[in-house]
Amino acid sequence: MSELNEQSAERVTIVLHSGDMDKVYSALIIGNGALAMGMEASIYFTFWGLQRLQKGGLDKGPLSKMNMFGLGKWMIKQRMNKANVASLEKLLQDYKELGGKIIACEMTMEIMGVRREDLRQELIDEYGAVGSYIQEARDSQITLFI
Amino acid sequence: MSQVNDRVNSQGEGCPVDIEVNCIGETCPVPLVEVRKALRRASPGDVIEVVGTHPASKKEIPMAVTALGLELLSVEGTDTDWTIRIRR
Repeated sequence: MSELNEQSAERVTIVLHSGDMDKVYSALIIGNGALAMGMEASIYFTFWGLQRLQKGGLDKGPLSKMNMFGLGKWMIKQRMNKANVASLEKLLQDYKELGGKIIACEMTMEIMGVRREDLRQELIDEYGAVGSYIQEARDSQITLFI
Repeated sequence: MSQVNDRVNSQGEGCPVDIEVNCIGETCPVPLVEVRKALRRASPGDVIEVVGTHPASKKEIPMAVTALGLELLSVEGTDTDWTIRIRR
């Protein structure tokens, strides 16, 4: 497959610390937007964000505000369906298809007792720590903590 | 712009539409992502036609085309019913 504009190594590096559904949307939408506009993208899944990489966990996060024991999330999901917003799974698959990188935080895995076999390993490009993040972020035009 | 477009449409002088992307009813960020996927499939010189209804994408797809260093052939229609043609 011939690549477009790969010589420009402009890059977005995102730390996804939150596992809240709306914030996972933000990270994946921004990551996809960056890839679509010719940049490279990496998302570091750490702390509560890492839980979204567990098998079956992608859309299990609460809303960051007005979750109301799941009622708020349910209402937002109805609105999203009506507006034809893509699912988190589609956004994640698109992100990978366009060459986005996913890094799982190893320290979080230790703290939370998460094993590699608990995670969707087929999506994960690297298991990393802060050094990998800094090394990528220093060469990035955009870096975000979500 | 419209001359280029006429050539593409009515004369088709060696540049018919090679790939069609239907983003009708899709919202952010799907139109951008689908255009990018189509561009990856396309060969250099191919013409990609995108139709959609998401207002922001009408502005943002041309931004992406510029950022990717490709040729924007035409942008037509209203904010909620548009057609964009791109040459890879």
